[in-house]
Amino acid sequence: MKELRLMKGNEAIAEAAIRAGADAYFGYPITPQSEVIEYLMAEKPHERTGMVVLQAESEVAAINMVYGAAACGKRVMTSSSSPGISLKQEGLSYIAGAELPCLILNVVRGGPGLGTIQPSQSDYFQATKGGGHGDYRLLVLAPASVQEMYDFVKLAFDLAFKYRNPVMILSDGVIGQMMEKVEIGEQYARLTNEQIDELYPWATTGKKTGQDRRIITSLELDPGRQEKHNLKLQAKYKKMQEEEVRYESLNCEDAEYLLVAFGSSARICQKAMDLGRAQGLKIGLLRPITLYPFPSEVLNDLASKVKGILTVEMNAGQMVEDVRLAVCGKVKVEHYGRFGGMIPSPTEVLQALEQKIIGG
Amino acid sequence: MIEEIIIAGFGGQGVLSMGKILAYGGLMQGQEVSWMPSYGPEMRGGTANVTVILSDERISSPILSQFDTAIILNQQSLDKFEKSVKPGGLLLYDPNGITRHPVRTDINIYRIEAAAEAARSGMVKTFNMIVLGAFLKLKPIVKMENMEKGLAKSLPLRHHKLIPANMDAIRKGMELAEPVAVIA
Repeated sequence: MKELRLMKGNEAIAEAAIRAGADAYFGYPITPQSEVIEYLMAEKPHERTGMVVLQAESEVAAINMVYGAAACGKRVMTSSSSPGISLKQEGLSYIAGAELPCLILNVVRGGPGLGTIQPSQSDYFQATKGGGHGDYRLLVLAPASVQEMYDFVKLAFDLAFKYRNPVMILSDGVIGQMMEKVEIGEQYARLTNEQIDELYPWATTGKKTGQDRRIITSLELDPGRQEKHNLKLQAKYKKMQEEEVRYESLNCEDAEYLLVAFGSSARICQKAMDLGRAQGLKIGLLRPITLYPFPSEVLNDLASKVKGILTVEMNAGQMVEDVRLAVCGKVKVEHYGRFGGMIPSPTEVLQALEQKIIGG
Repeated sequence: MIEEIIIAGFGGQGVLSMGKILAYGGLMQGQEVSWMPSYGPEMRGGTANVTVILSDERISSPILSQFDTAIILNQQSLDKFEKSVKPGGLLLYDPNGITRHPVRTDINIYRIEAAAEAARSGMVKTFNMIVLGAFLKLKPIVKMENMEKGLAKSLPLRHHKLIPANMDAIRKGMELAEPVAVIA
């Protein structure tokens, strides 16, 4: 029988990192995700698997430690919450430019600025449109349960190495702080240096005799070569769009009205959908799991079948722009949001759907 | 079965741990569970509340505005959550420090003098388990054997010697739950 535990989302992420065979975690505490580093420090993974856990002197230091470890082919992660993630953006842009794999967790809190420590989804743009400077994308996963917080860690590492690209888990204060049942998976072994050398011919593991130099850099001053590098990155993002789109659809088969929401908002929408269905309203829910690449195709298909779409986000309307691009004017798309740390209730969402879409 | 519960009181009263122990009890019984705290800078003396859901099926929203049961341990929480109990639902409260009592007539209202009992028995730290016992008497959704397993899972090993005292407190709470206003 599998081991079941009651865990906070933040704790589940930390345990999953150890189990996924991560080599290192570098971070700096910030609410509402400090349990990640607290759990790792208490768990002493260096005694379990040899995994390094280090509290850096700042977020900037942490992301550059990630950059260094990733360049050596190590499975490395960092975590923070919104203001801390902003501090990491320069490093993230460098890591994306240098095509290195790593995992970044953002347990989003309300902004802008220091904002509030309460839950929010206002970092959608930052996560999906680049965040730092330059033309790059992260692969972004949005968990909606504590189990997904756990499961997405291994997935994120695998995708990061498949594409040599940073992967972000975009969570929020609700999923980070809540406790749910978690099925704990197996312990994967950390790779040995020999395995890394064999699997990742790009990793800077120390030049051996007769071996070509391996160079990790995000600098290329020759515009022709830099353009070529950009085209290579774009081809990689296109491949992600073709192969990595993930979503969950609930009751979409006969739906007349569609809710679109990710993360904790999707959980709230699921309840709103149930309440509406109990009143005879044919409501469906589409939950993007990858926010980049975005499930545009399935949304475009659904837009031909439904009378209207409401996106629900804990922000002033960010994902709604991607929904509108996907739907391409086929059907009315409206947005309902609460922000600043306020969380919409299921009844509130149902009322918004009735006012903005069904009655509107 | 789905039971949607809000537990609310002062920080330091054991609101969050009561919720966690109940959730762990449900988990040991094979139920789906969620535990969503109001987190923030408030600590001891401030207000604290947690939404706990136990269900036979996958749980949708961990955030709710209407509850099957409200377990209330101070005046502010009573003022805030009395209106959030679903019609026909349960409001269980400790009258200690309450000056404005519940007024609704479409819900079942019970009281549990847990603070008084905890002071009388000298077991101040099991106050929250007395309250939990009263709830489990009124809504026996988790079996006692599973509560005991849940306690064992929630408490760190060094506190396992306290499990019998906590179970006694739950049983005491079961005896002490008193109806205030029960709808037909």
